[in-house]
Amino acid sequence: MTTPANAIPDRLQTPWESRLKSWEALLLLVAIAIFIANSFASPYFLNAWNLSDATFNFTEKAMIAFAMALLIISGEIDLSVAAIIALASTAMGAAVQAGAGTPVLILVGLGTGLLCGAFNGVLVTRMGLPSIVVTIGTMSLFRGISYIVLGDQAYRGYPSDFAFFGQGYVWWVISFEFVLFAIIAVIYFVILHKTNFGRSVYAIGNNPTGALFSGIRVNRVKFILFLLTGLMAGIAAICLTSRLGSTRPSIAFGWELEVVTMVVLGGVNILGGSGTIPGVVIAAFVIGLVTFGLGLLNVPGIVMSIVVGALLIGVIALPRLWSQWRQR
Amino acid sequence: MLMHSQSQVPTAPEANTPPILSLDGITKTFPGVKALSEVALNLYPGQVTALVGENGAGKSTVVKILTGIYQPDGGAIRVDGHATQFPTARAASDAGITAIHQETVLFDDLSVAENIFIGHAPRGRFGLIDWAAMERRSNEILKSIGATIDPAQKLRDLGIASKHLVAIARALSIDARVVIMDEPTAALSHKEIQELYELVEKLKAQGKAILFISHKFDEIFHIADRYTVFRDGQFIGEGMIDQVNEGQLVKMMVGRDVDHIFPKRESHIGDEVLKVVGYDHPTEFAEISFDLKRGEILGFYGLVGAGRSEFMQSLFGITRPSKGVVRIDGRVRVIRSPADAVANGIVYVPEDRGKQGAITALPIFQNVTLPSLGKTSKNGFLRLAEEFKLAREYTERLDLRAASLDTNVGNLSGGNQQKVVIAKWLATQPRVIILDEPTKGIDIGSKAAVHEFMAELAAQGLAVIMVSSEIPEILGMSDRAIIMREGRIVAELDGDDLTPETLVRHAAGISQGATT
Repeated sequence: MTTPANAIPDRLQTPWESRLKSWEALLLLVAIAIFIANSFASPYFLNAWNLSDATFNFTEKAMIAFAMALLIISGEIDLSVAAIIALASTAMGAAVQAGAGTPVLILVGLGTGLLCGAFNGVLVTRMGLPSIVVTIGTMSLFRGISYIVLGDQAYRGYPSDFAFFGQGYVWWVISFEFVLFAIIAVIYFVILHKTNFGRSVYAIGNNPTGALFSGIRVNRVKFILFLLTGLMAGIAAICLTSRLGSTRPSIAFGWELEVVTMVVLGGVNILGGSGTIPGVVIAAFVIGLVTFGLGLLNVPGIVMSIVVGALLIGVIALPRLWSQWRQR
Repeated sequence: MLMHSQSQVPTAPEANTPPILSLDGITKTFPGVKALSEVALNLYPGQVTALVGENGAGKSTVVKILTGIYQPDGGAIRVDGHATQFPTARAASDAGITAIHQETVLFDDLSVAENIFIGHAPRGRFGLIDWAAMERRSNEILKSIGATIDPAQKLRDLGIASKHLVAIARALSIDARVVIMDEPTAALSHKEIQELYELVEKLKAQGKAILFISHKFDEIFHIADRYTVFRDGQFIGEGMIDQVNEGQLVKMMVGRDVDHIFPKRESHIGDEVLKVVGYDHPTEFAEISFDLKRGEILGFYGLVGAGRSEFMQSLFGITRPSKGVVRIDGRVRVIRSPADAVANGIVYVPEDRGKQGAITALPIFQNVTLPSLGKTSKNGFLRLAEEFKLAREYTERLDLRAASLDTNVGNLSGGNQQKVVIAKWLATQPRVIILDEPTKGIDIGSKAAVHEFMAELAAQGLAVIMVSSEIPEILGMSDRAIIMREGRIVAELDGDDLTPETLVRHAAGISQGATT
């Protein structure tokens, strides 16, 4: 094929060039810096079992964060995810009381997550309500049901083989949860970056009207995203319940903000339209490393959340300050 | 020509009354478009001047310059003969210029008096609002326009007509000498229009200069003393209204050579592709029926607000009609969403490129392939090489100019953005393409390219619907034209019937009799 004189090149930069200049690259440097700082700060840090334990700080939250990343890129948000964990865990606890075995528990956990996601999705896409309002409402609703069912009691007595999901190891120090986290990361990477569905998520997030006018079934895509987020909360509920071995109505309290923090730290625009899965993966490690490092130094939990908050603001402000400084 | 001589020697019957406000050689350029080119406008005390011209003639730009929203690039604004400037909206209102718009923003939860004086409430001691003075003056203004409304009432409790009077009172609450009325009757009933006429008479008696902008000729001839005609941002002529007739005004509005910039077409009109029967919408349009054939370009002409875009978006599945049937190749099709429309081969290039047409924050190739991902992908997985191939094929056909195919669409010029949107739809290989104001706001070069391409598409057997408010475009491109007014089809013209005069007449609702 002959190319005309005014042929437009496909790209000006190779993909690698643009990757080097990306947010993810900056975040990776931050992660490495924290890793090095931690290994100097505490002699216990560079220990395979300690590092393995540290992954539990973020694996469950990160599973939800991947689905949440897609949801936020599409311009929506789900603040009810922690409440879905509570409700799914409560449902599993009730199933245990009814004598259910592990396979049934899994189905109950996933099913509750899907139902909650569908409920959010219907309210947002069918009724046209803003997702932030809907999910603040369902946040109270879902957790409220757990409180009504459990009061100040707890469900215990989960079957012993159920413990594998939160406490089992696949090989040496590699936990089942970590493997699951890695698999889910790959799946969401493929969904967002390699499929038509992922492309339509970006299109909707950048311009929902334009996406609709381009023949994209906007509401269908959004509904699926709420369903996925609910499903991931269900999976997280299974892992967390298994790890703790019990269900209280306060389980996973406040996680929704930690999940959103992880997503935003990963470079996802809170207003929608941009962000990547690798960014969220690195952000998960950054948060895991920071909390673990501070834990080794015996820093109290409340200080940890101050540090994570400062980190979030700092990392987000950094590129902006950098570009302002360069323009002078 | 008659109007030419008039423009050189403006007839001033009351030579001793100089204009309150005059524009002299005003020019305003926007990126790629010259909105106003050395126009003149004179407003005399106690007289109504009608500003007439097609959509895009530059009328609203003039209003925005007069009210201090736009700054002219050249020329002079004179008040009482003294050159002045309106750097802000406040400066214009301080000079006594006020505008009554089609839709003035009012505040439902504030009182009538607060609405009238918002932003310039009378102040008493310590700079606090002087409520008594505000109410007293509100009463005076309302009485002066013949309205019996209690200034203390909440606006929410008033009817539509009373709210309109409040908007007028607000415009008059500054000590106005020049009153601009921009399509003031667009939303009014017959009775309210009569009341508005009475108000205009009162304002005239008070010696105010009135600029009256309307598309409706009966109003212009009823209310105006003078006229000024703009066309394509240029001053065409002015004079006394009793020295012209409708036919002459229409000619001044549209009169120009229309053929030479449009591509010569030989139409090969084939079988019927699309048939629309009885499309109704609760508020926007009613009883829309027409058919469309292969290789045909069907123009839709009308004034802004005639319901053309609303109907097209309904046909494209954005809004649902309350009634109506669409047949494609004779078969009834149900279109509930744009995705359904695309699946049935109907695509729509919207007027609002930035918001509806393109996703400006995404690269060119992703915009082009967005509705065609089913073709470029395999089992739902993206294949970038195929996407670039498809995007290259169609953007090259449209002669797109861009640095690379992964440039964001937002970085392109308006004309090139439009090419991306058209390329996006052609890549779906549609049967019917609807182009809504396809050349609005794009430069001349891209305009010609879009026209040429449209002709080529029709020649290849595509059925084209072109919504346009530009008469030359309708005349130059269409095989047939449908004219809509107030949500209905009022005429269907082709061949020798398709003239600028007939288009304007039907669109504005002027009776057949009054010709030159």
